[in-house]
Amino acid sequence: MNQAALPGFLAVVLVTAATLAIGTWALRFSRTTSDFLVASRSVGPGLNASAIGGEYLSAASFLGIAGLVLVRGTEMLWYPVGWTAGYLVLLVLVAAPLRRSGAYTVSDFAETRLGSRQVRSLCTLIVVLVGWLYLMPQFQGAGITLQSTLGAPRWAGEVVVPLIVLTNVLAGGMRSITFVQAFQYWLKLTALLLPLMVLLVVWVGDGAPHPVDATGSGQSPELWALPLAGGDLQGLYLTYSLVVATFLGTMGLPHVVVRFYTNPDGRAARRTTLAVLALLGLFYLLPPVYGALGRVYAAGVARSGRSDVLVLELPRLMVPGPLGEVLTALVTAGAFAAFLSTSSGLAIAVAGVLGQDVTGRAFGGRRRLSGIAAFRAGCVIAVVVPCLLALAVPGVGVARAVGLAFAVAASTFCPLLVLGIWWRGLTAAGALAGLLVGGAGSGAAVLWTLGTPPGDGWGSVMLQQPAAWSVPAAFVTMWAVSLATRSQVPPDVHRTMVRLHTPERVPLDRG
Amino acid sequence: MTERPPERVRVTGPPRRPTRRPAMPRGRQIDEETRLGEIYLRSLLREQLRQAAVTLLLLALGLGSLPALFWLAPGLAEVRMLGVPLPWLLLGVAAYPFLVLVGWRYVRAAERNEDDFADLVENVDRP
Repeated sequence: MNQAALPGFLAVVLVTAATLAIGTWALRFSRTTSDFLVASRSVGPGLNASAIGGEYLSAASFLGIAGLVLVRGTEMLWYPVGWTAGYLVLLVLVAAPLRRSGAYTVSDFAETRLGSRQVRSLCTLIVVLVGWLYLMPQFQGAGITLQSTLGAPRWAGEVVVPLIVLTNVLAGGMRSITFVQAFQYWLKLTALLLPLMVLLVVWVGDGAPHPVDATGSGQSPELWALPLAGGDLQGLYLTYSLVVATFLGTMGLPHVVVRFYTNPDGRAARRTTLAVLALLGLFYLLPPVYGALGRVYAAGVARSGRSDVLVLELPRLMVPGPLGEVLTALVTAGAFAAFLSTSSGLAIAVAGVLGQDVTGRAFGGRRRLSGIAAFRAGCVIAVVVPCLLALAVPGVGVARAVGLAFAVAASTFCPLLVLGIWWRGLTAAGALAGLLVGGAGSGAAVLWTLGTPPGDGWGSVMLQQPAAWSVPAAFVTMWAVSLATRSQVPPDVHRTMVRLHTPERVPLDRG
Repeated sequence: MTERPPERVRVTGPPRRPTRRPAMPRGRQIDEETRLGEIYLRSLLREQLRQAAVTLLLLALGLGSLPALFWLAPGLAEVRMLGVPLPWLLLGVAAYPFLVLVGWRYVRAAERNEDDFADLVENVDRP
C-alpha cells in the first residue's frame, strides 16, 4: 500500500468501525422480544424510511449508475428512475396490506394467504436465489473498490466485506440494524454530495466542454442523449423490459419485504414508503452527474471497460493533490457503506428464511437446530455462497447483475403478491405454476446472460432483459391455473382479505 | 420494590402462529362474514383498487410513455433547455418530484377511503 492510499484506507476502517459500534451500542437497548426483532412499535416513518433508503442504495446505485451513464448515456437513467418508481408501485399495490398480513418474508405471506407448505418452500427457494444474485455483485463491487483505492488484489475486498457483514449480522438484531442502516443513508448521500459540489466548481472554473459534447469516451452526443438502448426496435424492447423489471421487481426483494414488518401499522407503512420515494429521489439526482462529468474528464475509464470505478476515480482525476485524496476517501467511505448496508440487510433476510425453512428443519432424523443456531447457520450459508460466486463468476457490471435480480423478483413475487392481495380467486396450484413459469423463464435468462457475451439477435436481446415476457407469462399462468382449480380456493380467503385491507382502527379478530 | 427486568428470550423470527385473541364486538359485521360485512369489504376493496389503478395510470402516462415518445421522435433528444438535454431533465430530475407527488396523492386518497370505511363500520355496529 502506498502513501496515497492512506486516506482511502482510513475511510474504510472508520466506516467499518462506526457500523460495528452503532450496531453494538443500539444492541444495549434491545431488551424485549419485540425490540430485538424489529422494534416494531417504536420505529417512526422518518427513521424507518432512512433505514430503507440506507439498505436499498447498494453498490449498483452508488457505483454502477455513474459508470453506465458514462459509457451508455441517458438510457441508463432508467435504472435509478425504475428503482425509485418501484416504490410507488409497491406503495399502491402492496405496502399497507403486506404490513397488515404480518408477514416477515414473502414465504410467510404465501403461507398465510394460501395455506400451502409447497408454495412456502418454493418461495423460500426463490428468496434465497434472488438474495444470492443480489449479494454477488455487492461483493464484486467491494473487490473493485478496494482494488481501485488501496491497490489491494480484487479477491481481498470480495472476502473482507462478507466477513464484516457476517460479524455484524451474527452480533446484532434487527433493531441495531435499523440504526446502522439509517446512518448509512445519510453517509452515502453526504459522500456523493460534497465531492460533487467541489467537482462542479472545478468543472465551471475549467471552462471545460459540456459533457454532452465531449466525445472522448466513444459515444456521439446524439446517441448519448437518447434515453433508449439504441434507436431501433430492439432498443425500445430493452428499455421497456428494464422498466418492467425495475418497476415491478422492488416489491419482491427479500430485504425490502422484511423492512415493512418494522412499521407499526398499515398506514405507517404507506407513509414510510412515501418518505422513501423522497429520499431515493434526492439521492438519485447525484450519481448520473458523476457519469456526465466522467465524459469530460474520465474518457480513459470509459475505454478501459472498468466503468464501475468512475465514482471512485473521478475526484482524483479532476482535483490533483491532497484535496483530491480526501474527496476520494469520502466516496470510498460511501461506497463501503453501500456494500455493508445492502449486504447486511440481504444476509438477514436470506438467513431468516433459511433459518425458518431449511437449517431449522430436521433432516434424515438428525436433531433440529435451535432457533438462534438455525439463524446463524442460515447466515453463514447466505453470505458464503455469494462470496464464492463473486470469486468465480466474471463481473458483468454491478448495476446489470442487480438488474437481473430485479427481473427474477418481478417475474415471481410480483404476481404472487399482487394477485394474492387483490384477487380472491388465487389458488395454491395457480401460485405454484406461476412461480415456476416466471422463475424458470427469468432464471434461464440470468444463467444465459452471466455465461455468454451479449449478441445481436432477437433471442439474445430477449434473454438479456427477460422481464417484458417473463412477467406477463407468470401473471397469465397464475391466473389461468387458479381459474382451472377454482374449487381449491382457500376456505378462509374472506378472513384473510379482511385482515389485509381493514384499517387497524376497526377492532377485529386479527388472529 | 424494584421492578424486575423482562426475562431475556432468544429471537430468530416472528412467531409463526400468533395466538388467537377473542374478537372484539365492534368489527363483528366484518368478522362474522354477514352479507353487510361482505358488502362493506367489497366496496372498500373496489375503492382502494380504483385509487391504485389511477396512480398506476398516472405513472404509465407520465414515465412509461417516454421511451415510446423518444423512439417515435428521436429529434426530441437533441432539444436543450438551459444547456441540458431534454431527456436528462425529464429522467434525471423531473421524474423524482413527479413520483413523490403522485405517491402523496395516493396516500391521501387511500387514507380517506379507510377512514370512511371505519366510520361506516363503527356507526353500524353501535347499538
